[in-house]
Amino acid sequence: MPLLIRRAGFYLLAAYAALTLNFFIPRMLPGNALDAVLTTMRGETTPQELAGMAAQYGIDSKQSLMAQYFTYVAHTLSGNLGFSTSKQVPVTTVLGGELPWTIGLIGSATVVAFLLGTLIGIVAGWKRGGLIDTVVPVSAFFQAVPYFVLGLLLLIIFGVDLHWFPIGGGYDATSRTVTYIQGWNWPYVSSVLQHSVLPASTVVLASIAGWIVGMRNMMITTMDEDYVLVACAKGLPRWRTVAIAARNAILPTISNVTLSISLVVTGAILVEVVFNYPGVGLEIFNAVQSTDYPLIQGILLVVTLAVLAANLIADFAYAALDPRSRREA
Amino acid sequence: MSTATAIDADAAPWSPAQPVLEVRGLNVDYGAGRDAVRAVNEVTFTLRRGEVLGLAGESGSGKSTLAYAITRLLRAPGVITGGEVVFHQPSASGGPARTVDLLAADARELAGIRWVDLSMVFQSAMHALNPVARIEGQLTDVLKRHRPDMAPAERRARAIELLGMVGITPDRLSSYPHELSGGMRQRVMIAMALALEPSLVIMDEPTTALDVVTQREILDELMRLRERLGFAVIFITHDLSLLLELADTIAIMYAGQLVESAAAADLLAAPRHPYSLGLLNSFPALHGERVKMTGIPGSPPSLRAMPTGCKFHPRCPHAFERCSAEQPALLTPAGSRGKRTVACWLQTGDRVPPEPLGRPEGDRSQDLAVGGH
Amino acid sequence: MTALDPALVGPPDGSASDLLPGLSPRRSRATRRMPPAKVLLGGIVTAFFVLVALLGPLVAPHAAGWVANTSSGTPQPPSGPLWLGTDNMQHDLFSQLLVGSRSTLLIAFLAGAIATVLSVAVGVTAGYLGGVVDEILSALSNIFLALPGLLILMVIISPLPVPDKGNSLVIGFVVAITSWAYGARALRAQTLALRGQDYVVSAQVIGERKSRIILFEIVPNLLPIVAASFIFTVIYGLGVYVALCYLGVVSPSSGSWGTMLQSAQSNSAIGNGWWWWYLPPALCVALVGFGLALLNFGIDEIINPRIRSARTGGRDVKFQLGLTPVVRQASPEGEPR
Repeated sequence: MPLLIRRAGFYLLAAYAALTLNFFIPRMLPGNALDAVLTTMRGETTPQELAGMAAQYGIDSKQSLMAQYFTYVAHTLSGNLGFSTSKQVPVTTVLGGELPWTIGLIGSATVVAFLLGTLIGIVAGWKRGGLIDTVVPVSAFFQAVPYFVLGLLLLIIFGVDLHWFPIGGGYDATSRTVTYIQGWNWPYVSSVLQHSVLPASTVVLASIAGWIVGMRNMMITTMDEDYVLVACAKGLPRWRTVAIAARNAILPTISNVTLSISLVVTGAILVEVVFNYPGVGLEIFNAVQSTDYPLIQGILLVVTLAVLAANLIADFAYAALDPRSRREA
Repeated sequence: MSTATAIDADAAPWSPAQPVLEVRGLNVDYGAGRDAVRAVNEVTFTLRRGEVLGLAGESGSGKSTLAYAITRLLRAPGVITGGEVVFHQPSASGGPARTVDLLAADARELAGIRWVDLSMVFQSAMHALNPVARIEGQLTDVLKRHRPDMAPAERRARAIELLGMVGITPDRLSSYPHELSGGMRQRVMIAMALALEPSLVIMDEPTTALDVVTQREILDELMRLRERLGFAVIFITHDLSLLLELADTIAIMYAGQLVESAAAADLLAAPRHPYSLGLLNSFPALHGERVKMTGIPGSPPSLRAMPTGCKFHPRCPHAFERCSAEQPALLTPAGSRGKRTVACWLQTGDRVPPEPLGRPEGDRSQDLAVGGH
Repeated sequence: MTALDPALVGPPDGSASDLLPGLSPRRSRATRRMPPAKVLLGGIVTAFFVLVALLGPLVAPHAAGWVANTSSGTPQPPSGPLWLGTDNMQHDLFSQLLVGSRSTLLIAFLAGAIATVLSVAVGVTAGYLGGVVDEILSALSNIFLALPGLLILMVIISPLPVPDKGNSLVIGFVVAITSWAYGARALRAQTLALRGQDYVVSAQVIGERKSRIILFEIVPNLLPIVAASFIFTVIYGLGVYVALCYLGVVSPSSGSWGTMLQSAQSNSAIGNGWWWWYLPPALCVALVGFGLALLNFGIDEIINPRIRSARTGGRDVKFQLGLTPVVRQASPEGEPR
């Protein structure tokens, strides 16, 4: 599969570029923000922590930029993302605590939006001019409103006014009747679910429109193909004809995943800030406020790698679904 | 003329064979209401068992629209606005044929006729084959649908047999369309069209996208298969020279109307409509004397701005006053031997047609060596 | 941040040639005179807000420093003279909304314009020149597509010195840097399709200069996609800028819609039910985005007429694949015009 090898090469390159960018961003910033942070941290951190950070960035030692860079790459590759200056714990520990929340909420909501949107798009395209199809332009509203503005609106309506759902946080720490213990127990799980409804709906509502419109348009384009007409002429059952069209229409949609996944993910991460929902989005927001560069870098790296991984999955799915792509290039 | 009761197997004037398809006064519009334009206008013809009808005309003459409308496969915004299409479906037990008005049929009835007895070969096999499905699946799905009692192994055997009929080896069953050459793809489409042994196959420019050598091979194969299986064919093309070899009857379309139809040899030897003559003059004859290739000046009219009277009169070198005022009907021309019809004011007997349009039909000296039947 | 997706960005890679209008007459529709209702509505909404951005600061009833009274520390709800009430500092919120529209739209359009110039340059160059140049530029675009733009903006803007943070040009440029790749990808695909067109090939054969072919043969035919990608990046810029203000990363001295949301948020306006503080800016952002998205819908349908949602033909004719409708007319010659 030469195509996949090519793509794999691209992903390695992209990952490397992200890694390098991550190294240079703090260094490019005016007044060497990193030095400034180190200076301000000096009073508060223990000498060991400071030494650890210095080792991570190679700042205190008189290393050249290149040497600093190699130290950084070596550390990152060995899984050492440095030490969070604001939390006083290794960055990997912070990520370990926050990633499950983000993956649970943003990840699943994005996947649900993609699947549901694609399905609705298939129906809208097939029943062109039908009820669902006429509703499609309305979805432009959700499509164009920034995620966090939509989140705010939902929060106001269903959280503040109607009191249907909690207005923030990932779970209740305590209430009058129950003390929540984190883990697989019903009170905790139900609290988590309750808190996730609004942020998850925000992500689904905001991102689903794009998938619906994209899939609908591809479906309509595909239905004009002769092989769909042939399937119909052969007398194949209606669902088979729709399936043949959908099977072909989904290919460009999958390759569009690579276009929009980073938009969807970054937009969704902001939703965490609106709902004060635990996760890497809220964490990077806090980290920016407290200029915690190691944590910022760690999160940027992880999010970028996650987006690249999603792209890789989309590529594999495309190759699996389109026999033509396996031969080309 | 638009009721189903008008259907009857009228006494065939020139052939004892039973009709398989009768089209009467068919009108097809694109769009509806005020925006509608007429693409096929009052087309009438009868096709008999095993007959090969060639339908020729320039691009945009409505020949493909006609073919798709007959099968009710015409896409939006195509609308059938009048006429009738009667299909005589042979019964499986060998009894008398069942007549079905395709324009009155619902989706279920059509599913029982299309591909079973009336199948179609599309212009571009590249587009007519599902690019993401293997050949085997595309050949067997139709068997699975219409021959539910066939076992998977039988279906596969039939698929192999079908490929063999068009000269493709069984190892191609597991290929995807993009792995086949253009000629092979079209052969697969032909095999697919013949899967259920239909009595009529409509072919919409099936060889236009192929090179001349492949085209030739496929046409030869097609004719062999037709001889063997005895299906009737409507062969649509803009290339009149192809029809002279394979068609029994040729119908010429212009601007959505039939302007002339005749036995293939008669049409070649003695065209009666100036447009037929123009088409004949736009390709070189392989045999016979050198003729100056003149073609037809001008271009076909837009559907939105049809000329009055005879639709061809603005391009016709022989047009006179009446041509722009009145539309000629499709009639047997004066002095013809009956099988031919033409819609031209030159041929009504009131006038003496100019020389090339008045050749005697008996004169078959020109190209008979290649004439099909 | 918006989820403005593939459909609006332009053609998916595989079907770029499908978008060339008029290539296959088989697919042309008989009826094309539908009034572009979406374009009209989108245009009106957008034009209205552009007008507000231009004139708003001039007609704002109160200056930024104006306060309603000094005795109360709670925001006042809307009333006769104060259409949208006040914030907790007793500033007039309607004036804030009018004034804030300017910086919000300015940045959005600036970012859109810069990103569009970048994407045309990169996309057309990559598509037209092909080869190694294409490989490099495509890889670059793909990497930019995968980077989490908003997060990077957060990181690089927050430590900027205050004068830079307030500089529209700087912010617009930085936002554009993270958003050009979408348009570039769509434009590259379309350029590839155009490059094989007869008129381009013949221009090459005649010996026209490359720059001339690109400027006069290719770019004019890319205009719908350029417009679509411009609108897309404006929507993107709007979302990103409002988000950055809302997060407090950027705080323009003149205020913006995002700044209003930020101050409402930090003063717990949502929990306290002071809806007049955060709802108007949120709705304005939503409306501008909606108007632009409708415009883009319309442009998309111009690029690819097949995707129109309107039914072709009359209302009573139902089209179904493989079942051409039969509508017998009273008059056999068709309807008189």
